[in-house]
Amino acid sequence: MFGLKADWSLEVTQRYFTLESYTGADARWCPGCGDHAVLTAVQRICRDEQLPPERTVAVSGIGCASRFPHYMATYGFHGLHGRALPLACGIKARRPDLHVWVATGDGDCFSIGAGHWIHAVRYNMDITVMVFDNNIYGLTKKQTSPTSPAGLKTNTHPLGNPLPPQNPLSVTLAISNVSFVAQTIDWHPMHLHATLHAAFKHRGLSFVRILQRCPAMNDHAFDELQRNPEKLSLLTHPQGIGIDGSAADRFPNQQVHDPSNLAAARSMAEAGIPIGLLFQDETRPCYDHLTSAGIGTSIDAKLRALDGALDRFAV
Amino acid sequence: MTRDLRYLRAITGDPSTRVTVQRERAQKRPQVIDEHIVEIVSDSGEGAQKAGQIFGAISAKMGNGVWTVEIIPAEIKPPARSRAGASGIRIRFGSNLISNMGDAANVVVALNEQVLYGRIDSGAYKQGTAVLLENKWGKDASPEIVEQYQTAVAYFRSRGLVVHELPIEEGCRSVTASPRLGKNMFVLGILCWIYNRNLDKALAEVACAFARKSEEVRALNRQLIEAGFAFAQAHLTMHYDVPARPQRTPLVVMNGNQALALGVMASGMELVAMYPITPATSASHYLSEIFHDVGGFVHQAEDEIAAINFAIGSSFSGKTACTITSGPGLALKMESIGLAVMAEIPLVIVSVQRGGPATGLPTKVEQGDLLAALFGAPGDAPKVVLAAATIEECFHLLIAARQLAETFRIPVILLTDANLATGVQPFPRPKLRPQWLGLPIDQAPWQRGVSAYDWDEKTGLSPRPVPGQRGGEYVATGLAHTSGAKVAYEPDANEWGLTMRSRKLATLQQTLKPPAVHGQEKGDLLVVGWGSTLGAIEEAVDRARADGLAVSSVHLRFLSPLEPGLKQIFSRFRDIVTVEINYSDAANSPRNAEASRRYGQLAWLLRAQLLFDIDCWSQARGQPLQPGAIYQEIRRRFGLERGELACSV
Ligand SMILES: Cc1ncc(C[n+]2csc(CCOP(=O)(O)OP(=O)(O)O)c2C)c(N)n1
Ligand SMILES: [Mg+2]
Repeated sequence: MFGLKADWSLEVTQRYFTLESYTGADARWCPGCGDHAVLTAVQRICRDEQLPPERTVAVSGIGCASRFPHYMATYGFHGLHGRALPLACGIKARRPDLHVWVATGDGDCFSIGAGHWIHAVRYNMDITVMVFDNNIYGLTKKQTSPTSPAGLKTNTHPLGNPLPPQNPLSVTLAISNVSFVAQTIDWHPMHLHATLHAAFKHRGLSFVRILQRCPAMNDHAFDELQRNPEKLSLLTHPQGIGIDGSAADRFPNQQVHDPSNLAAARSMAEAGIPIGLLFQDETRPCYDHLTSAGIGTSIDAKLRALDGALDRFAV
Repeated sequence: MTRDLRYLRAITGDPSTRVTVQRERAQKRPQVIDEHIVEIVSDSGEGAQKAGQIFGAISAKMGNGVWTVEIIPAEIKPPARSRAGASGIRIRFGSNLISNMGDAANVVVALNEQVLYGRIDSGAYKQGTAVLLENKWGKDASPEIVEQYQTAVAYFRSRGLVVHELPIEEGCRSVTASPRLGKNMFVLGILCWIYNRNLDKALAEVACAFARKSEEVRALNRQLIEAGFAFAQAHLTMHYDVPARPQRTPLVVMNGNQALALGVMASGMELVAMYPITPATSASHYLSEIFHDVGGFVHQAEDEIAAINFAIGSSFSGKTACTITSGPGLALKMESIGLAVMAEIPLVIVSVQRGGPATGLPTKVEQGDLLAALFGAPGDAPKVVLAAATIEECFHLLIAARQLAETFRIPVILLTDANLATGVQPFPRPKLRPQWLGLPIDQAPWQRGVSAYDWDEKTGLSPRPVPGQRGGEYVATGLAHTSGAKVAYEPDANEWGLTMRSRKLATLQQTLKPPAVHGQEKGDLLVVGWGSTLGAIEEAVDRARADGLAVSSVHLRFLSPLEPGLKQIFSRFRDIVTVEINYSDAANSPRNAEASRRYGQLAWLLRAQLLFDIDCWSQARGQPLQPGAIYQEIRRRFGLERGELACSV
């Protein structure tokens, strides 16, 4: 009755990964930059999930946030401005075994990479996309970004941004085949972690917009939200992103939202600042199933197929 | 001969006359000729190209050398009966190897008279070219059309063309009530008789070409061909035989884009990421049909930049990928090509060149991407640039490109062009080799202590870890980096990276052979070419040599790095001229001071690299170069009159 079963065996995990296993170069972001918190959250998730570093790839475009891969000890690809998403999709295309994290900025994703954003969401490949949205171009020193609020004084609009900002949540929720949309904030580590963890677990492309503080180029951008957290509306639901009681207490304004309800998600995105999971549908088709078809076709099979193809042209 | 009788009844209603004709013809022996050039021209959508392709395939299968080239209007659907709207095909075929489209055509079948004007203007015909012209327009209900028709026929005759007015559509009516769609097969039947093609082989080829169509359509096509064949037999005196040349090796016949697609498959690459662009797209069309048979996938990306980044991602993660495009797409990919250079990602980029700049001549040939390929990316971005000279090379150079990309950890640009893309030519069936397919993705643990850019000082080469290889974790980056894959903040580190990436090209060059000289090793004039002009240049050189001129040619496949030994070859000739399909200022233009003359692209390159006073002769008329035009230019350079060569009308 008690004791070990006859077929007992101890599965010794030969490798155990610690946070160190994912710690790359010293992060050179400014003190107080929200990017640090995201890095820590991702490293913790990798550790919690015991992702082998050699099977994990951090992919980015260009911008401060896009320095991200250098600070991981996994494989990484720091590509071109705006092109992180097609690069990441290509990495995943024939390597479904890899865990792909994408770090991109509001300029990188919503401006120069806007076309890729729309299409990557539609491809719905199984990757985790984190947009570090500081409402500014940080790396190039304070130019207006697509999400800069109207009136923000920047180096390109010294009299204030003349246009209303883009709403990336609405846009993403309007893309066909969208399967995961969430929003979180860098100054609540627990919500950040829980959101990225849910995103990582999601089958398909998970899109997470992270409101990220940039003390150097857009200081005080989120002061108002930090001071008055009731301006944020925490989305709660059994299928949503759960944080435990005391952590949730920091959000005086909470709202039940069923993340399977796309129409509700869309109106949620239009009104106020929702924090949490807006939409999730794991049944949507993933393009990786097509791109990875045929992996491992044997040399013999290939030669036979080629021979057949040549027959069609034989004289 | 039931075939003939059935047709005859339909056409003349009187089988007896027909039988007599048949007997007379049977006694007439075909005239043996070496080669001919035939064109079929029509409004677009009348199936001229299909008929011509099948005729080319039949001829190839009968053992002839063949080159076919499509005649494509720039507009997708030009108005009917428009002068510049010719859509169709040219087939040059002969007893020997045919390497280019040749000069003026011998025979042209035209489904209306208007489309011939544009062809005449582009020098496609000569005195004596036989025009088999649909005569229904001469009886059209509209007096305006009748008048146009008569004017045209008189004009063609005044230009020395021999016009035969034939009831083509009427001939089809014996078999079908809607002849407009079937006319092309009737024309194919006519050509099969004129050139003494084996009718059974022709029917087999047609059956194969329409294998996916309904039995009804296939039967109709058969009848139309037989009807055309019988019609020609009854009414035409032209009757030729183009003997086959003995065939030792099995051949395949295809166009350059199909060769590219098969090359991708034979190279072991499993991913092509592309965005549609003429004239490159058909390669991906064909690939999309069959790529899954070898486990491959065509990704149609949202734009060219996405396509190449997708390919770079795939290459980075272990499977070298390919992206196929044309000039405008190549321009969009440039920043990303620089990324592949900097991060040392193996990658194959194919550019099927068309006329430029901007949208240029989307359907027409030009060799305008050479300098962009070499120098289009900002900074110093050494990469391999190859150019296919034949359709066969479209296949083989793709395999080489994949191998070079991986060995040298570098992007390889393979240039072809619209002429190769749509030209069809037989070549020896490739003997497939398992090594072409490359190795599976290496997942063995990475060797400790070896960094991701552990450059070998002598060669610039470094080993490349692939995700999945434990211990090889590194960040590929477009930022300048050290051999340890860390961002380079020191000036020396930047220079060292540049040096190492450049050194790879020097290393590659040392493994190459000098190009072969066509003709004598020394002489008065050396013609230097690259890409699809090979056949036309060598044919022109041969003709000029037959005139006693000391002219030779070399043809380059490697443009970066250049093939070695060029200095030695060039120094044995008095004059050197490149022949190219791109723009250059005329040599003696009064508007150009010597220092401001802009050269053909290969000439720019060779002048800069080799310090020879290399001249160029180039045309950018959206057409392949004709051997006759090159021949006349060679003669001109020897101070001679235009040569004995039937001139275009
Ligand atoms: C093709 C190209 N255009 C412009 C740039 C310059 N550039 C680098 S980062 C950047 C904007 C970055 O803003 P964002 O994506 O919001 O990232 P952040 O620095 O704020 O994290 C720009 C315009 C570039 N590197 N490449
Ligand atoms: Mg930003």
